[in-house]
Amino acid sequence: MKIAVEILLKTEVLDPAGQAAAHVLSQMNFPVESVRIGKHIVIDVNAESEAEAIKMGEEMAQRLLANPVMETFFVAVVES
Amino acid sequence: MTVGVVTFPGSNCDLDTISALTDLGVESRLLWYRDTDIRGISHIILPGGFSYGDYLRSGALAAHAPIMDSIVEKVSQHDLPVLGICNGFQILCERGMLPGVLRANPHGEFRSSMQAVRVVDPSPVFPGLSPGQTFRFPIAHHEGSYSVMPGELQKLFENHQVFLQYSDEDGNIHAMANPNGSVANIAGVSQGSVVGLMPHPERAMHAYLGSEDGRAFLAAFLGKEGESNAS
Repeated sequence: MKIAVEILLKTEVLDPAGQAAAHVLSQMNFPVESVRIGKHIVIDVNAESEAEAIKMGEEMAQRLLANPVMETFFVAVVES
Repeated sequence: MTVGVVTFPGSNCDLDTISALTDLGVESRLLWYRDTDIRGISHIILPGGFSYGDYLRSGALAAHAPIMDSIVEKVSQHDLPVLGICNGFQILCERGMLPGVLRANPHGEFRSSMQAVRVVDPSPVFPGLSPGQTFRFPIAHHEGSYSVMPGELQKLFENHQVFLQYSDEDGNIHAMANPNGSVANIAGVSQGSVVGLMPHPERAMHAYLGSEDGRAFLAAFLGKEGESNAS
Protein backbone atom coordinates (compact mmCIF):
# COMPACT_ATOMS: atom_id res chain seq x y z
CA MET A 1 0.00 0.00 0.00
CA LYS A 2 1.28 3.46 -0.83
CA ILE A 3 0.79 6.48 1.37
CA ALA A 4 1.77 10.06 0.70
CA VAL A 5 2.98 12.40 3.41
CA GLU A 6 2.67 16.07 2.54
CA ILE A 7 4.72 18.43 4.67
CA LEU A 8 4.43 22.22 4.75
CA LEU A 9 5.93 24.91 6.92
CA LYS A 10 3.39 26.32 9.37
CA THR A 11 1.81 29.48 8.00
CA GLU A 12 3.48 31.63 10.66
CA VAL A 13 6.95 30.29 9.79
CA LEU A 14 8.96 32.28 7.24
CA ASP A 15 9.57 30.34 4.00
CA PRO A 16 12.49 32.07 2.22
CA ALA A 17 12.49 29.52 -0.62
CA GLY A 18 8.77 30.11 -1.18
CA GLN A 19 9.28 33.87 -1.09
CA ALA A 20 12.12 33.67 -3.63
CA ALA A 21 10.01 31.47 -5.94
CA ALA A 22 7.03 33.87 -5.58
CA HIS A 23 9.27 36.80 -6.45
CA VAL A 24 10.59 35.14 -9.62
CA LEU A 25 7.09 34.00 -10.66
CA SER A 26 5.93 37.64 -10.35
CA GLN A 27 8.88 38.70 -12.51
CA MET A 28 7.64 36.16 -15.06
CA ASN A 29 4.29 38.02 -15.00
CA PHE A 30 2.24 35.43 -13.10
CA PRO A 31 -0.26 37.09 -10.73
CA VAL A 32 1.18 35.36 -7.67
CA GLU A 33 0.25 36.31 -4.08
CA SER A 34 2.41 33.82 -2.24
CA VAL A 35 4.19 30.49 -2.56
CA ARG A 36 4.82 27.88 0.13
CA ILE A 37 7.26 25.09 -0.70
CA GLY A 38 6.89 21.75 1.05
CA LYS A 39 7.69 18.09 0.60
CA HIS A 40 5.64 15.27 -0.85
CA ILE A 41 6.88 11.88 0.29
CA VAL A 42 5.42 8.63 -1.10
CA ILE A 43 5.99 5.53 1.04
CA ASP A 44 5.28 1.89 0.19
CA VAL A 45 4.21 0.26 3.47
CA ASN A 46 2.98 -3.14 4.58
CA ALA A 47 -0.33 -2.50 6.32
CA GLU A 48 -3.51 -4.51 6.98
CA SER A 49 -5.84 -1.57 6.42
CA GLU A 50 -5.84 2.00 5.18
CA ALA A 51 -6.43 3.23 8.70
CA GLU A 52 -3.33 1.39 9.90
CA ALA A 53 -1.26 2.77 7.01
CA ILE A 54 -2.32 6.32 7.78
CA LYS A 55 -1.56 5.84 11.46
CA MET A 56 1.92 4.62 10.54
CA GLY A 57 2.43 7.56 8.18
CA GLU A 58 1.45 9.99 10.90
CA GLU A 59 3.91 8.40 13.31
CA MET A 60 6.66 8.55 10.66
CA ALA A 61 5.92 12.22 10.07
CA GLN A 62 5.78 12.97 13.80
CA ARG A 63 9.03 11.17 14.65
CA LEU A 64 11.18 11.74 11.53
CA LEU A 65 9.77 13.16 8.32
CA ALA A 66 8.42 16.44 9.68
CA ASN A 67 9.62 18.76 12.40
CA PRO A 68 6.48 19.40 14.47
CA VAL A 69 7.98 22.61 15.82
CA MET A 70 7.74 24.37 12.46
CA GLU A 71 5.92 22.04 10.07
CA THR A 72 2.46 20.57 9.60
CA PHE A 73 1.78 17.34 7.76
CA PHE A 74 -1.04 15.49 6.08
CA VAL A 75 -1.11 11.74 5.30
CA ALA A 76 -3.26 10.09 2.61
CA VAL A 77 -3.45 6.67 0.97
CA VAL A 78 -2.53 7.04 -2.70
CA GLU A 79 -2.55 3.38 -3.78
CA SER A 80 -4.36 0.51 -2.02
CA MET B 1 36.33 42.36 -26.29
CA THR B 2 34.44 42.82 -23.03
CA VAL B 3 33.46 39.79 -20.98
CA GLY B 4 30.35 40.16 -18.82
CA VAL B 5 30.30 38.16 -15.59
CA VAL B 6 26.81 37.96 -14.11
CA THR B 7 26.26 38.37 -10.38
CA PHE B 8 23.07 36.70 -9.16
CA PRO B 9 22.00 36.92 -5.52
CA GLY B 10 24.16 34.17 -4.02
CA SER B 11 26.86 34.01 -6.71
CA ASN B 12 30.25 33.72 -5.02
CA CYS B 13 32.73 33.04 -7.82
CA ASP B 14 31.99 36.23 -9.77
CA LEU B 15 35.00 38.12 -8.40
CA ASP B 16 37.30 35.09 -8.82
CA THR B 17 36.23 35.01 -12.45
CA ILE B 18 36.90 38.74 -12.94
CA SER B 19 40.30 38.25 -11.31
CA ALA B 20 41.10 35.33 -13.66
CA LEU B 21 40.09 37.38 -16.70
CA THR B 22 42.19 40.32 -15.50
CA ASP B 23 45.16 37.93 -15.16
CA LEU B 24 44.66 37.04 -18.82
CA GLY B 25 44.67 40.72 -19.76
CA VAL B 26 41.03 40.65 -20.78
CA GLU B 27 38.62 43.48 -20.16
CA SER B 28 35.66 42.34 -18.08
CA ARG B 29 32.89 43.75 -15.97
CA LEU B 30 30.26 42.56 -13.53
CA LEU B 31 26.66 42.51 -14.71
CA TRP B 32 23.81 42.62 -12.19
CA TYR B 33 21.10 39.97 -12.58
CA ARG B 34 18.43 42.66 -12.94
CA ASP B 35 20.29 44.30 -15.83
CA THR B 36 18.76 43.79 -19.24
CA ASP B 37 21.18 45.89 -21.29
CA ILE B 38 24.10 43.73 -22.41
CA ARG B 39 25.14 45.83 -25.40
CA GLY B 40 28.90 45.87 -25.96
CA ILE B 41 29.37 42.53 -24.21
CA SER B 42 31.25 40.04 -26.39
CA HIS B 43 31.20 37.00 -24.05
CA ILE B 44 29.12 36.05 -21.02
CA ILE B 45 30.27 33.98 -18.07
CA LEU B 46 27.73 32.73 -15.52
CA PRO B 47 29.89 32.11 -12.43
CA GLY B 48 29.68 29.54 -9.66
CA GLY B 49 27.98 29.95 -6.33
CA PHE B 50 24.59 29.32 -4.80
CA SER B 51 22.22 31.63 -6.65
CA TYR B 52 18.99 32.19 -4.69
CA GLY B 53 20.38 29.88 -2.00
CA ASP B 54 19.75 26.87 -4.28
CA TYR B 55 16.05 27.27 -3.39
CA LEU B 56 13.61 25.07 -5.33
CA ARG B 57 16.41 23.48 -7.41
CA SER B 58 19.99 24.68 -8.00
CA GLY B 59 19.86 27.37 -10.68
CA ALA B 60 16.08 27.16 -11.19
CA LEU B 61 15.25 30.67 -9.98
CA ALA B 62 18.29 32.41 -11.47
CA ALA B 63 17.38 30.83 -14.83
CA HIS B 64 14.49 33.31 -15.06
CA ALA B 65 16.28 36.43 -13.85
CA PRO B 66 15.78 39.46 -16.14
CA ILE B 67 19.32 39.32 -17.55
CA MET B 68 18.75 35.75 -18.72
CA ASP B 69 16.05 36.91 -21.16
CA SER B 70 18.56 39.30 -22.75
CA ILE B 71 21.19 36.56 -22.92
CA VAL B 72 18.76 34.07 -24.51
CA GLU B 73 17.84 36.67 -27.12
CA LYS B 74 21.44 37.50 -27.98
CA VAL B 75 22.38 33.83 -28.16
CA SER B 76 19.61 33.11 -30.65
CA GLN B 77 20.22 36.22 -32.74
CA HIS B 78 23.99 36.69 -32.60
CA ASP B 79 25.45 33.41 -31.26
CA LEU B 80 26.72 35.20 -28.15
CA PRO B 81 29.33 32.91 -26.53
CA VAL B 82 28.12 31.92 -23.04
CA LEU B 83 30.13 29.88 -20.52
CA GLY B 84 28.45 28.54 -17.38
CA ILE B 85 30.70 27.36 -14.57
CA CYS B 86 29.27 25.12 -11.81
CA ASN B 87 26.14 26.99 -10.66
CA GLY B 88 26.26 28.77 -14.04
CA PHE B 89 26.05 25.34 -15.71
CA GLN B 90 23.04 24.48 -13.52
CA ILE B 91 21.37 27.77 -14.50
CA LEU B 92 21.89 27.10 -18.23
CA CYS B 93 20.41 23.59 -17.91
CA GLU B 94 17.43 24.90 -15.92
CA ARG B 95 16.80 27.56 -18.57
CA GLY B 96 16.89 24.88 -21.29
CA MET B 97 19.88 26.51 -23.00
CA LEU B 98 21.81 23.27 -22.44
CA PRO B 99 20.47 19.71 -22.48
CA GLY B 100 20.13 17.59 -19.33
CA VAL B 101 20.00 18.30 -15.60
CA LEU B 102 22.42 18.32 -12.67
CA ARG B 103 21.21 16.21 -9.75
CA ALA B 104 22.50 15.68 -6.23
CA ASN B 105 25.63 13.51 -6.18
CA PRO B 106 24.33 9.97 -5.59
CA HIS B 107 26.96 9.31 -2.89
CA GLY B 108 25.51 12.20 -0.93
CA GLU B 109 28.80 14.03 -0.52
CA PHE B 110 29.73 17.59 -1.32
CA ARG B 111 32.82 16.82 -3.42
CA SER B 112 35.67 19.32 -3.24
CA SER B 113 38.86 18.12 -4.92
CA MET B 114 41.21 18.49 -7.87
CA GLN B 115 39.85 16.65 -10.88
CA ALA B 116 41.14 15.84 -14.37
CA VAL B 117 38.85 16.34 -17.36
CA ARG B 118 39.31 15.42 -21.02
CA VAL B 119 37.97 17.30 -24.04
CA VAL B 120 35.56 15.17 -26.09
CA ASP B 121 34.13 17.57 -28.68
CA PRO B 122 35.42 21.13 -28.52
CA SER B 123 32.48 23.45 -28.93
CA PRO B 124 32.58 26.09 -31.68
CA VAL B 125 33.21 28.70 -28.96
CA PHE B 126 36.38 26.86 -27.85
CA PRO B 127 38.19 26.81 -31.19
CA GLY B 128 41.63 26.39 -29.57
CA LEU B 129 40.89 23.06 -27.88
CA SER B 130 41.45 19.65 -29.42
CA PRO B 131 39.80 16.31 -28.60
CA GLY B 132 41.75 14.31 -26.02
CA GLN B 133 43.34 17.38 -24.41
CA THR B 134 43.27 17.15 -20.60
CA PHE B 135 43.03 19.75 -17.84
CA ARG B 136 43.20 19.67 -14.06
CA PHE B 137 40.54 21.83 -12.39
CA PRO B 138 39.09 22.05 -8.88
CA ILE B 139 35.54 20.78 -8.43
CA ALA B 140 33.30 21.84 -5.54
CA HIS B 141 29.66 20.80 -5.68
CA HIS B 142 26.85 18.73 -4.22
CA GLU B 143 24.47 18.88 -7.20
CA GLY B 144 26.83 17.98 -10.03
CA SER B 145 25.64 14.59 -11.21
CA TYR B 146 24.86 15.15 -14.89
CA SER B 147 21.81 13.22 -16.13
CA VAL B 148 19.71 13.01 -19.28
CA MET B 149 16.44 11.22 -19.94
CA PRO B 150 16.74 7.60 -21.13
CA GLY B 151 17.61 7.40 -24.82
CA GLU B 152 19.12 10.88 -25.04
CA LEU B 153 22.72 10.04 -24.18
CA GLN B 154 23.63 8.61 -27.58
CA LYS B 155 22.09 11.62 -29.28
CA LEU B 156 24.32 13.95 -27.21
CA PHE B 157 27.44 12.14 -28.42
CA GLU B 158 26.18 11.95 -32.02
CA ASN B 159 25.45 15.68 -32.03
CA HIS B 160 28.96 16.43 -30.68
CA GLN B 161 27.45 18.11 -27.60
CA VAL B 162 29.58 16.26 -25.05
CA PHE B 163 32.26 18.81 -24.29
CA LEU B 164 34.20 17.40 -21.33
CA GLN B 165 34.41 14.08 -19.49
CA TYR B 166 35.89 13.39 -16.04
CA SER B 167 39.04 11.33 -16.46
CA ASP B 168 42.02 10.12 -14.46
CA GLU B 169 45.28 12.06 -14.63
CA ASP B 170 46.28 10.12 -17.76
CA GLY B 171 43.07 11.01 -19.57
CA ASN B 172 41.43 7.59 -19.20
CA ILE B 173 37.65 7.56 -18.77
CA HIS B 174 36.37 5.04 -16.22
CA ALA B 175 34.05 4.79 -13.23
CA MET B 176 36.82 5.41 -10.68
CA ALA B 177 37.56 8.77 -12.33
CA ASN B 178 33.93 9.86 -11.97
CA PRO B 179 33.56 12.08 -8.87
CA ASN B 180 29.80 12.48 -8.86
CA GLY B 181 28.00 9.71 -10.74
CA SER B 182 27.50 11.79 -13.89
CA VAL B 183 26.25 9.68 -16.80
CA ALA B 184 29.16 8.70 -19.09
CA ASN B 185 31.51 10.78 -16.86
CA ILE B 186 30.11 13.95 -18.48
CA ALA B 187 31.60 17.10 -16.92
CA GLY B 188 30.44 19.62 -19.53
CA VAL B 189 28.14 19.94 -22.53
CA SER B 190 27.53 22.47 -25.28
CA GLN B 191 24.70 23.66 -27.47
CA GLY B 192 25.50 26.14 -30.21
CA SER B 193 27.41 29.02 -28.64
CA VAL B 194 26.50 27.95 -25.09
CA VAL B 195 28.80 25.80 -22.95
CA GLY B 196 28.60 24.60 -19.35
CA LEU B 197 30.91 22.67 -17.07
CA MET B 198 30.94 21.76 -13.37
CA PRO B 199 34.70 22.22 -12.69
CA HIS B 200 36.17 25.65 -11.89
CA PRO B 201 38.81 26.77 -14.44
CA GLU B 202 38.87 30.24 -12.81
CA ARG B 203 40.28 28.64 -9.64
CA ALA B 204 43.16 27.07 -11.61
CA MET B 205 45.09 30.16 -12.63
CA HIS B 206 48.34 29.72 -10.69
CA ALA B 207 50.67 26.79 -10.01
CA TYR B 208 50.52 27.62 -6.29
CA LEU B 209 46.79 26.87 -6.38
CA GLY B 210 47.52 23.36 -7.63
CA SER B 211 46.92 24.00 -11.32
CA GLU B 212 47.22 26.76 -13.87
CA ASP B 213 45.33 24.88 -16.56
CA GLY B 214 42.52 27.43 -16.31
CA ARG B 215 44.65 29.90 -18.23
CA ALA B 216 44.76 27.90 -21.47
CA PHE B 217 41.12 26.90 -21.03
CA LEU B 218 39.72 30.40 -20.53
CA ALA B 219 42.07 31.78 -23.20
CA ALA B 220 40.58 29.26 -25.65
CA PHE B 221 37.05 30.46 -24.79
CA LEU B 222 38.18 34.02 -25.51
CA GLY B 223 40.05 33.08 -28.69
CA LYS B 224 43.40 34.07 -27.16
CA GLU B 225 45.31 30.76 -27.37
CA GLY B 226 48.63 32.47 -28.01
CA GLU B 227 48.53 34.20 -24.64
CA SER B 228 47.57 31.18 -22.61
CA ASN B 229 51.05 30.71 -21.15
CA ALA B 230 51.67 34.33 -20.26
CA SER B 231 51.74 34.63 -16.49
